[in-house]
Amino acid sequence: MNIPEGLKYTRDHEWMDSKGTVGVTDYAQEALGDVVFVELPAVGRILKSGEAFGVVESVKSVSDLYSPADGVVTAVNDALVGNPELINQDPYEQGWIIRMETTGATEELLDSTAYQHQIEGE
Amino acid sequence: MDVPVIFEKSVPGRRGIRLPAADVPEVPLEEVLGRDFVRTSKLNLPEVSEMDAVRHYTRLSTLNYGLDTGFYPLGSCTMKYNPKVNEAIAALPGFADIHPLQPDSTVQGMLQVMKELEDALAEISGMDAVTLQPAAGAHGELTGILIIRAYLLAQGQHRTTVLVPDSAHGTNPATAAMAGFQVKIVPSNNRGDVDVDKLRQMVNEETAGLMLTNPNTLGLFEEDILEIADIVHKAGGLLYYDGANANAIMGKVRPGDMGFDVVHLNLHKTFSTPHGGGGPGSGPVGVKSRLEPFLPVPRIAGSPDHYQWNYDRPQSIGKVRSFYGNPGVLVRAYAYLKSHGSAGLKEVSETAVLNANYLLHLLKDIYETPFDRPVKHEFVLSLKDQKKRGAKALDVAKRLIDYGVYPPTVYFPLVVEEAMMVEPTETESKETLDMFAQAMREINGEIDAAPDVLHEAPHHTVVGRLDETLAARHPVLTYFQEGSRAQTGQEGNI
Amino acid sequence: MRYIPHTDADRQAMLEALNIDSVDALFSDIPEAARLHRPLRLFEPLSEMELQQQFFRLAAKNLSVDQAVSFLGGGFYDRFIPAAIAQLVERGEFLTAYTPYQPELSQGTLAAIFEFQTMIAGLSGMYAAQASMYDGASAVGEAAFLALAHTRRPVIVMSSTLLPDSQQVVRTYVSARHGEVLTVSSVQELEQVLASRPVAGVIWQYPDVWGHVQSLPRAVELAHQYGALAVVSSDPVALALLRPPGEFGADVVVGEGQPLGNHLNYGGPAFGYFAVTEALVRKMPGRLVGQTLDHQGRRGFVLTLQAREQHIRREKATSNICSNHSLNALQATIYMALLGPAGLREVASLSVNKAHYLARRLEEAGLSRMGSEEPFLYEFAVKVPGSVAQLNQHLLSKGILGGYDMGRWSDQWEGYWQLAVTEKRTKGEMDMLVNEVKRWMSR
Repeated sequence: MNIPEGLKYTRDHEWMDSKGTVGVTDYAQEALGDVVFVELPAVGRILKSGEAFGVVESVKSVSDLYSPADGVVTAVNDALVGNPELINQDPYEQGWIIRMETTGATEELLDSTAYQHQIEGE
Repeated sequence: MDVPVIFEKSVPGRRGIRLPAADVPEVPLEEVLGRDFVRTSKLNLPEVSEMDAVRHYTRLSTLNYGLDTGFYPLGSCTMKYNPKVNEAIAALPGFADIHPLQPDSTVQGMLQVMKELEDALAEISGMDAVTLQPAAGAHGELTGILIIRAYLLAQGQHRTTVLVPDSAHGTNPATAAMAGFQVKIVPSNNRGDVDVDKLRQMVNEETAGLMLTNPNTLGLFEEDILEIADIVHKAGGLLYYDGANANAIMGKVRPGDMGFDVVHLNLHKTFSTPHGGGGPGSGPVGVKSRLEPFLPVPRIAGSPDHYQWNYDRPQSIGKVRSFYGNPGVLVRAYAYLKSHGSAGLKEVSETAVLNANYLLHLLKDIYETPFDRPVKHEFVLSLKDQKKRGAKALDVAKRLIDYGVYPPTVYFPLVVEEAMMVEPTETESKETLDMFAQAMREINGEIDAAPDVLHEAPHHTVVGRLDETLAARHPVLTYFQEGSRAQTGQEGNI
Repeated sequence: MRYIPHTDADRQAMLEALNIDSVDALFSDIPEAARLHRPLRLFEPLSEMELQQQFFRLAAKNLSVDQAVSFLGGGFYDRFIPAAIAQLVERGEFLTAYTPYQPELSQGTLAAIFEFQTMIAGLSGMYAAQASMYDGASAVGEAAFLALAHTRRPVIVMSSTLLPDSQQVVRTYVSARHGEVLTVSSVQELEQVLASRPVAGVIWQYPDVWGHVQSLPRAVELAHQYGALAVVSSDPVALALLRPPGEFGADVVVGEGQPLGNHLNYGGPAFGYFAVTEALVRKMPGRLVGQTLDHQGRRGFVLTLQAREQHIRREKATSNICSNHSLNALQATIYMALLGPAGLREVASLSVNKAHYLARRLEEAGLSRMGSEEPFLYEFAVKVPGSVAQLNQHLLSKGILGGYDMGRWSDQWEGYWQLAVTEKRTKGEMDMLVNEVKRWMSR
């Protein structure tokens, strides 16, 4: 299981980097199976920490995406529209989902060790 | 070989059915409609002879597996024999060829069937009044939940939440949400029943009701049903019965006597009307008398001398579909009831339950049962052990196809890991059940002996396992769409 | 019992295997207080012979359109149904199959639905269609849901000339979502409403309850101008001749499918259809079939985009629909295959020719057509001098099921008589109708 050290993690299996890029973790893509569709928010949308902003679908399951922080969406990964499989192939780089400018409270975020502990407990 | 599509048999100019020549003057369309409204784009329908069409759809039918083909133990679906006489009856012109807007005086036979069916379903479910309007189970759920909402509103109560057990059919939470309610999930306890203590904590002044299937989707009777009903009622909510599993209880126990206020029944399950590859069904809804004013319009009124439709129902929720429901399905269901009578229906349920318990008995030493209790008309196995040994529930299901059996429901209910849900129904013989158990035993042996046989199953169908990811990532939904065979230029089969 | 195969010996063997004396032991977990301690108060069982006799008698109490001459329409039409359809759909492999959840054993149903989706999308001029709805009215209701969810706006506006049952279903459905429904009777009124509040969807019928078509393009244009979805309900047979709603920019096209090879069945089962633009594919309710391949590269079909549906998305599903009207959609598919483009156009244009003949004859007899300057196809309404109910009563005594008394739908439509003419009506039958109308008028 790939859990890069430099990232922060949510309990809902999302990651966020220091620039505000958000995606789902390797563990999440594995659990979902082949991703077939990603619903992305509009750029400029204002998000509250914990608010659902999009959806990741596989053939037989669907997961909401939750904002890890208060902020505004500054970019979305349009490549996912035609190639949702990027989430499976490269969840931390090409499979990023949105970029946001955080403006305030973040959810309680975990470092890689704490996140590792969480998924071991599941 | 590809699965064939009718468009590939099309030859420009070829004709099937022709119509007689006009016996009145022709009307030039452009003159009648004006240019802007005349269709100029091609009608992309196939051009085939009648025999081409007959052969094509006969061929397609052979790529299907129906109840008439063999054993169909699909859990939660009650795939019992669909009597042929009921098809013959429903096809009589006196039933099939009457228009919904005909005067009541010209449809008295149909209204009699519908009224007597309403009364029979009320008796079977222990309810006071029944509407036949909903077209399917989920549609019945929507109707029932809207009735509950209208009733509560008429009492001046704006309750916002509907409770649904975690083992429920997906239609339950979807319905409650569709009807504008928030959905709260009630957990199951370690016996597979609703966790009564949790339920007690969850109900409050916002609770509009609880939706429950009993026996539940694990095939288990909710033993605490009277207490559950009491808890919900004391909180001011109502109890909704999902009749998907009513095949277990006819003549034994009635939802109305368990404390339910609203019931839907699936005529395409319990009452043997054919499922048609996905429908049509019919989902009549029964209610206790205090909810009767809220049933959809119109209602059958009058007496056996003269039945008529009554639209004057000021408290009604309105209509949930056009006209009166699916009378063509109702005729079949009523014929089924008439051929069984009260003793027959009881025997149906007793036999359905006997068959399920017998089959479970034959399987439970090799397949784990998450709850070791007598079941009702169906049971759920957990294939956790098989998964550890290298074959998932899906693999076992697909391998059953090679044994000539339609696979049981898998991965439902969600509360059981690697679930396989088996419902044999009362119309299957002991030999069929023994055969199925034998197949399941052999497959269990194959997991260790020849796992690839399972992973690659089925082996003898027109196509093997299909790539569902491909279908969902790049959906090709029509024949003429980009990406379909018609566009990629690849040949279809002949 | 007839359909239970067990012999006494079978039953005994099964009870012994379970180590119980009686099947009652399997019901011991039902609380005593809830159990039914008496037989159900129903009837004595009938043998198949008795059953047939009883139902023959019941059927004979109904007047079928085969015995009478019917001019009823309103979404359901007495159309010709080729004999091959019944023979094919009654094949047990189609009739007695469940929903095609196991694709390897369901390619027949799946391929037929794929064909159906293709045919409906083509007829309506849309990108894609789903596998079927219960009926036209509930399809309109679901389209209203789609509009509310997609736009996140609270108001649905519908034309007063939408079929009355569809209007009622929209009211029921939208009230469930705490939305508001407004009815407008012209495009001018529509514009005023659109300008005054945030509207999610505009629902128009084409042709409408009077048989009129001309207001559609402007209604679609206005809907889009104000950011609402344009939903159009259409009789699919009419679309063989009419410019399809998709070409006017409709976002959703729905309708009652009965005219496509389905029996009247006193209103059901027939089916509803539901077609959308590419942008709305994932917002559709119900099942969808898509093309795919197996590991050997053979084309096959599967249910797809299932994450929209209740069994996966549960309370967040686009709809709660599960069972649909698959067999009725199959009937329609075979009907369209048997007729082909030329046949379907013949059905519609024969109906048009005949309807125009009848309308002219009735006008000559002094019954004016509603909106006489508006074009129509094969359904229209005339104003009757006097009681429509009495006229229909007179006609019934002559073996004619006259048009529908529109006053029964709405007080505003008192005195209007809706007539539908299909390819099955002959000149002789229409002349008889006109003569009886004249006789009744001069009574």
